[in-house]
Amino acid sequence: MKRYGEVQALAGASLSLQAGELVGLLGPNGAGKTTMINAIAGRLKLDAGAVRLFGRTLTREDKRPELGVVPQEIAVYPLLTARENLEVFGRLYGVASTALKERVDWALEWSDLKDRARESTKKFSGGMKRRLNIACGLVHEPAIVLLDEPTVGVDPQSRERIYEMLDALRRAGVSILLTTHHLEEAERRCERIVIIDHGRIVAAGTVQDLVSTTIGAARTLRMTLGAPLAASAPVPPGIVLDDNRQTMTAEVADVGRDVGRLLASVAAAGGDVIDVAVGGATLQDVFISLTGRALRE
Amino acid sequence: MMGTLLRIAWTNFRRDRVALSLTFVLPVIFFSIFAGIFGNQRTSATRRLRVAIVDEDRTAYSQALVAALQSEGALRAQTTAEENGKGEVLDRVKAEDLVRKGDLPVAVVLPKGLGDSKKFWSDAASRGPKVQLLADVSDPIAPQVVRGLLQKVSFTAAPESMAAEGLAMFEKYSGPLTPAQRASFDRWMSGARQGGNPSPAAGSAAEMGLPIELVNVMQPGGGDNVTISFYAAGVGVMFLLFSCAGAGGSLIEEEESGTLGRLISSRAGMTGVLLGKWVFISMMGMLQLCLMFTWGAVMFGLPLVRHLPGFLIVTLFTAPAAAGFGLVLAALSRTRAQLSGMSTIIILTMSAIGGSMFPRFLMSETMQKAGLVTFNAWALDGYLKVFWRNAPLIDLWPQVVVLTGLTAAFLAIARTLARRWETV
Repeated sequence: MKRYGEVQALAGASLSLQAGELVGLLGPNGAGKTTMINAIAGRLKLDAGAVRLFGRTLTREDKRPELGVVPQEIAVYPLLTARENLEVFGRLYGVASTALKERVDWALEWSDLKDRARESTKKFSGGMKRRLNIACGLVHEPAIVLLDEPTVGVDPQSRERIYEMLDALRRAGVSILLTTHHLEEAERRCERIVIIDHGRIVAAGTVQDLVSTTIGAARTLRMTLGAPLAASAPVPPGIVLDDNRQTMTAEVADVGRDVGRLLASVAAAGGDVIDVAVGGATLQDVFISLTGRALRE
Repeated sequence: MMGTLLRIAWTNFRRDRVALSLTFVLPVIFFSIFAGIFGNQRTSATRRLRVAIVDEDRTAYSQALVAALQSEGALRAQTTAEENGKGEVLDRVKAEDLVRKGDLPVAVVLPKGLGDSKKFWSDAASRGPKVQLLADVSDPIAPQVVRGLLQKVSFTAAPESMAAEGLAMFEKYSGPLTPAQRASFDRWMSGARQGGNPSPAAGSAAEMGLPIELVNVMQPGGGDNVTISFYAAGVGVMFLLFSCAGAGGSLIEEEESGTLGRLISSRAGMTGVLLGKWVFISMMGMLQLCLMFTWGAVMFGLPLVRHLPGFLIVTLFTAPAAAGFGLVLAALSRTRAQLSGMSTIIILTMSAIGGSMFPRFLMSETMQKAGLVTFNAWALDGYLKVFWRNAPLIDLWPQVVVLTGLTAAFLAIARTLARRWETV
């Protein structure tokens, strides 16, 4: 629990992270994502509740050497080179001087910055800075990594690269919790999704779990006609005709059984179907369904 | 188009509180501060000069001079170690010591033989011992004021002495007076001794008056490095404060960039981060002061090598205190702009009151005491003790103690204020 004045930032939110798991923490702006990350990282004092790490209950002041925190800001020193940034954060986070070079070399390799290691980071592109920002949080080899919007403001190529980096970490057994507004990426990359809103966890599970528990397993059949359906023609039952009378949609509980029957009924009504698409609910649908369409902040 | 541009500029300006205060409030504050400091110099509170008097002559003449100086409204003359007449009677050594320590700017020594010698109308060959002004010439005004008042009281306190000498000189070069002239002169002298007003005929007394010698007790026979050492210390300490405040501002930049959060979450913690910054800024400040004084030595003949141990001691305690002060200012500020505005006001105020811009010894006594609440005053006093007063190293202990105390206080305050960075 955490309250800032009138705002209840965390209202009984609870989540757990298993070894080697990549979990996406999603929510609208102001839902409590960053507050949750900060609480785990020990950057705020909870009004109630606790953070447990490998069985230890932590106070805010307790150090968390197993934790790597990557803030949303590009928290690196612009006048230092990539290598120097990694060295200083490595030392501050407890990497022994004997192991420092090896860890820094690993981080440069991992973040694909080896060739630019000796350049001042202020000259880096947005994507390079993001990768270095993440690497600085990992140079001390944490078992758990918290990333706040790690792909914000970077191009698709850099986002792909960042997720590849995170996949490599996960395969090595590192647990990862990240916040993001890129729902399609979260759907594709995260093993488990946690949706937070108004400081409460409103849903948690795999994307399939979330879809089936919020929207259901039904698919949507979309049919496009070659010409508008005649005004006098009857609309077959279970089908919704758009205002232009040229696009039809229908909920399909069993694709194999129902699609043929629906196509036949449209043909019988005089419709000339030229294209068909069958799709399921997305994480975006689940997200909107759970958090609503109203703008936040 | 111009209207639209003006609207943008005005709206931005009106909503920027820092810009508003820097434009309209800061000048008024500074005007008030400087009016308070320098305006007082011309009011009734104009300082009365403290002067030590050493009467080695102990004649009626010298005693008359002492009494006249003590009754002068512009002076606070003392003949004993303490101003209220207590303590030992001053001799030359003790009086000089008072000047050296900066307790008072001038000591008047009435030498033995003064009363019996020719003082006013003598030629170079027959002139007796000179009255000596043992002065700290870093205060260029005080010795001149005392010299003028000394000439004045020499005429008014012992007019018969001057008249008798004048007549003797007249007789030497013009021949003796006739008996009738002599009788007339003796009658006039009798009246003068009884307190009558002697003739003001001594129109050129300034050239012919009491022989006075100014003795620079701070740098006997030395060059004109007093102003150099004062400005090196004054400017050095003021810019040290600006540098330290600026360097402390790196905390604000680190907060904005997110690196501060990373540092706080590391093994260093907030205390470690502050200590790291403090050590760095202290070292930077020491280097800055070393550079300033080295430049003074190379370009302006500041005797740095001769005073190196004292300089190093004062610098060793001044820079860490300034660094702590910079951290306090940074921890008080929310943004760089706030820090810039606030540090400008506070540092310039401290510099004005503390004597970086205008020597404290020229301020009224009240302002001199008020200046001691500032960091600048203690640091400057330390440097002036070293470079100007040639004080032994042990004499620096008050400055060392106060600067150490200030450093500890600044660090404690900065650490308390820095709690806001520890939690989000």
